[in-house]
Amino acid sequence: MISLIADILSWTCLLGGAIFLLIGAIGVLRFPDFYSRLHAVSICDTLGAGLVLTGLMLQGGLSLVTVKLLLMFYFLLFTGPTAVHALAEAALQSKLKPLVDEHES
Amino acid sequence: MYVVITIVILIAIAIGLVRAFRGPTLYDRVLAANMIGTLTVLMVAVLGFMSGRPEFLDIALVYVLISFVSTIAVLKVIALRSNATAATEK
Amino acid sequence: MDYLIDIVLLGLLMITGFAIVRMRSLLAVAMLTSIYSLLSASLFVALDAVDVALTEAAIGAGISTILMLATIALTSDEEKAPRHTPLLPLIVVTATGAALIYGTLDMPHHGDPDAPVHHHVAPTYLHDTPGEIGVPNVVTSVLASYRGYDTLGEVTVILTAGAGVLALLGYRTRRLNSRGPGNRQLVVLRVIAKLFFPLILLFALYVLFHGDYGPGGGFQAGVIFATGFILYALAFGLGNAQRVIPHRLLRIMAAVGVLIYAGVGIESMLLGGKFLEYRVLADDPVTGQHLGIMLIELGVGITVTAVVLIIYYGFVSRLHARDI
Repeated sequence: MISLIADILSWTCLLGGAIFLLIGAIGVLRFPDFYSRLHAVSICDTLGAGLVLTGLMLQGGLSLVTVKLLLMFYFLLFTGPTAVHALAEAALQSKLKPLVDEHES
Repeated sequence: MYVVITIVILIAIAIGLVRAFRGPTLYDRVLAANMIGTLTVLMVAVLGFMSGRPEFLDIALVYVLISFVSTIAVLKVIALRSNATAATEK
Repeated sequence: MDYLIDIVLLGLLMITGFAIVRMRSLLAVAMLTSIYSLLSASLFVALDAVDVALTEAAIGAGISTILMLATIALTSDEEKAPRHTPLLPLIVVTATGAALIYGTLDMPHHGDPDAPVHHHVAPTYLHDTPGEIGVPNVVTSVLASYRGYDTLGEVTVILTAGAGVLALLGYRTRRLNSRGPGNRQLVVLRVIAKLFFPLILLFALYVLFHGDYGPGGGFQAGVIFATGFILYALAFGLGNAQRVIPHRLLRIMAAVGVLIYAGVGIESMLLGGKFLEYRVLADDPVTGQHLGIMLIELGVGITVTAVVLIIYYGFVSRLHARDI
């Protein structure tokens, strides 16, 4: 019984994570400006990765595999936003202007 | 049903590739490369579970670290290059 | 159905290859090459070749991209337009490609059990490894024990490459730049680099010594170890990195690795066996094999780390010298 609940939960997490990754990718394709695309990737990618890894952890049970997945989640949690921050800093340094609405001045 | 997840991630990688080819500025391409790196990590983890071999997780861990260092290196080179061109423009 | 993933990945690889050829901006080409390496590593994972995928990930997506970027920063940023129409090269490439495809029509199918490659030494290695060597990873047992002499040649080639780069590029000492311009924006990167640097080194040691039981081994571990130091150099500047690992130490390390490897061979000769015959290294032959494999993987890891860092220092110290 408990394994059935864990299975259903894990599949929900996996599907939810995959959908978020897809939404993030579509956002990267369709947003008009570099900074908004950056925003889409960083948020959706980290959330999608977290959900997918949680789903895999529930499939793995309590073993070394779960520890490695936890380690991977911890690495992604730290390096993802840092890379995005470095990217935004570099773009600002080279004077890439964000797209601002002209009516609000 | 791991195949469904893998196919969704592959579609996301293909969309990211479109951005990598089109992206008007260089930073768009770096962003696309970083995103494809994260998606590849997740796909390798799911493929590992699909074929019943949890050793693939070592590969996924290596990718996470390597893609991070590679992104930082690209940004450093771009910054150095723009410093150099700014210095020669004066 | 299993081939669907392979076909999609190969299609993506082909599209990326076309884009690499057509683009003019070389920095974009470097990023696309890194994506190409990641995709081919996924293909190797889908084909169940785990050690190759680990090596391709560590080297193709990491070190190759970084060195290519350093080269582009040292030279020009834009590819010059070709001045001749490529008609003759196109004809040559098409003819060669057609001949190659015609040649593959005679090859056995993918995974055919009657293929000649499955009938000579491969069954012997697969059959004898659990009894003679006792490690689950047959790739490691073949590389390190059955074909240990070839691997000694590979390590010596890596050492020669490092010596070649050292002779061509030279080396310059950078001063400590803890007070450089644009320091404030590096704070986040420095904190994260300090956090991740020991983790990367520890993971490299794990890959080195776990290579008997999972994917890994000396080459991959050496590259990951060097990548940790490259992260440190990117965050804190080349001057600080050269204080942590000075160039003299790297030159000594590169030679020491090959020395350990050849030393194991000579030691086994002194103990009565042949060159690189590990089973005489301990009382029990299987323990002797384990000891031999561990020592030579250590030697390979040390040499690869040192050579990768020598090449990195050679490139990047030139970079800094020009931009000041």
